[in-house]
Amino acid sequence: MKHLVSGLALSVALAVPAIAQETKVIGVSIPAATHGWAGGMNYFAQAAIDRLEEAYPELDFVLATASDPGKQVNDIEDMVATRNIDALVVLPFESEPLTGPVQNVKASGAWITVVDRGLSVPGIEDLYVAGDNPGFGSVSGEYMASAMPDGGKIVVLRGIPTTIDNERVEGFEAAIEGKNIEVIGMEHGNWNRDDSFTVMQDFLSKHPQIDAVWASDDDMAVGVLAAIEAAGRDDVKFVLGGAGMKEMVKRVMDGDTMIPANVTYPPSMIATAIEITAVGLVSQAPVSGQFIIGSVLVTPENAADFYYPDSPF
Amino acid sequence: MTVKPQARPKVSMSVIGPIAALIVLIVMGALMNPNFLGVDNISNVLSRSAFIGIIAVGMTFVITAGGLDLSVGSMAAFVAGLMILVMNAALPSLGVGVPIILLGMATALVAGLVAGWLNGFLITVLGIEAFIVTLGSMGIYRSLVTWLADGGTLSLDFGLRTFYQPVFYGGILGVSWPIIVFAVVVIVGEIAMRSSVFGRHCAAIGSNDQVAKYSSVRVGRVRMATYVILGLLVGVATIMYVPRLGSASSSTGVLWELEAIAAVIIGGTLLKGGFGRVWGTVIGVLILTLIGNILNLTDFVSPYLNGAIQGLIIVLAVVLQRESKPGV
Repeated sequence: MKHLVSGLALSVALAVPAIAQETKVIGVSIPAATHGWAGGMNYFAQAAIDRLEEAYPELDFVLATASDPGKQVNDIEDMVATRNIDALVVLPFESEPLTGPVQNVKASGAWITVVDRGLSVPGIEDLYVAGDNPGFGSVSGEYMASAMPDGGKIVVLRGIPTTIDNERVEGFEAAIEGKNIEVIGMEHGNWNRDDSFTVMQDFLSKHPQIDAVWASDDDMAVGVLAAIEAAGRDDVKFVLGGAGMKEMVKRVMDGDTMIPANVTYPPSMIATAIEITAVGLVSQAPVSGQFIIGSVLVTPENAADFYYPDSPF
Repeated sequence: MTVKPQARPKVSMSVIGPIAALIVLIVMGALMNPNFLGVDNISNVLSRSAFIGIIAVGMTFVITAGGLDLSVGSMAAFVAGLMILVMNAALPSLGVGVPIILLGMATALVAGLVAGWLNGFLITVLGIEAFIVTLGSMGIYRSLVTWLADGGTLSLDFGLRTFYQPVFYGGILGVSWPIIVFAVVVIVGEIAMRSSVFGRHCAAIGSNDQVAKYSSVRVGRVRMATYVILGLLVGVATIMYVPRLGSASSSTGVLWELEAIAAVIIGGTLLKGGFGRVWGTVIGVLILTLIGNILNLTDFVSPYLNGAIQGLIIVLAVVLQRESKPGV
């Protein structure tokens, strides 16, 4: 049947070169929308796929969202077995468990694009698209240092214990070194509003004077702000979140003094990865290598450029 | 054939165990940080306990009657999401005011009631294992809230949230509403468990449902009631939860079911049913919340080990009360 179809395509191709290419399938495997950032990532993945399917009729997409690494492995195996994918765009749930399965896809001859979280064996991916986690930390740290020229006491909320979180905190610590900024408390808020609310309440009980908070994430900043407001404390001058949630970018844009800035870590990087992969399949432009998306400081001056009212994040 | 789950009136380890664990935690906390026993911290801890606590009281009845409900965390997230959607949708017509808050509260209670009834129906009428039914509904509610929020976060209108906030942050004479509601739920629950026909029927069914059936206890109806009450209490907890941050997402209420079950078991209720203790559940909830609180207030252990400390204390609290159990 397949031969028949390609034979047919060939004969048609002789007459009409425009539809000569056979359909190529791109598999996209990403974590499910379990928190705000992932929700935004899901939205941008879907949006990129819709746009590309329109632009390139010869491309077909399979999108699968997984709620845990095991499910993601199954998704990827299914894509190879049933859809015979030509390229895989994967944002690994966790590096270790996904390395083997992605290696197998590579062995089948497909193009591999890895997004944001690297695999544990180097050299599997043809293209690596990622945010800059150490950069995220250092941009945040530099902002903190410049916003508090006389130094001060800050507390830090960390994410879920992962390499991503470690790299960000290391970047941050390096940037504030020697700037007279004292970190008086550091706890995991797990990129979660409720957890960060609880942690911030306890920080406020523990420390009578906190000058600023590095919430390191906008979901956590929401919890932190609610805790500060509830405690009625006015010693905290500002809270720096991160990742560019639309509500927070809006507050920066409106000149809110509690939220004077934000640092991007765009969930739309998944769109970058899908678009570049598609370009690689349909054109002769070389696209292998690394594409690192820098973290940018959002201030009231440039906030409008980072405000996406339609995105869920 | 005595089914009476009556402990002898001697002071047993099963009573002392959880109380001792709680006292040890409080002493430790007080020694490690002077702010621990401050009014603010105590108020924080109690109102933080209220969500899980209110749910855990309902869970005590479900477990006493030999059941289990894994869906409460997801259910709370779903009810919170639904409540926010309904209130936001009604905002243009009702405006910010008391009626819209009452509408939101009614939505939460009705949604909780219906969700609890559905669990109860599948378990008692169709006779499916409680573990399986509620495992299923856990997944369903979690997905539904993700879907309602389109993968992101559902947020209550800002003006509405400001108006509704006093339900979490406000109170009477410095005691915040979640603490008051929690206390009322506990007192009613304790009375119902100890001295009402319903409480005794729950224990009888949990001990031996066949015997209970032949003793003319309406087994199905009582079981159903435990799930409906739990659903309703999830609604009550959600009413307190939504004004705190004014948002719900797929990460709302994650693992609440396990915390509630752990609190119930730490408190001395038997996981296999037949004996329940509501005040014990309260101690269990306080123990769980205090561990997190103390770990935040001190730099004693690496935050990576928080989960290990919690697990250790849960197991210890249960080991302390290991000895002859009534009804065994």
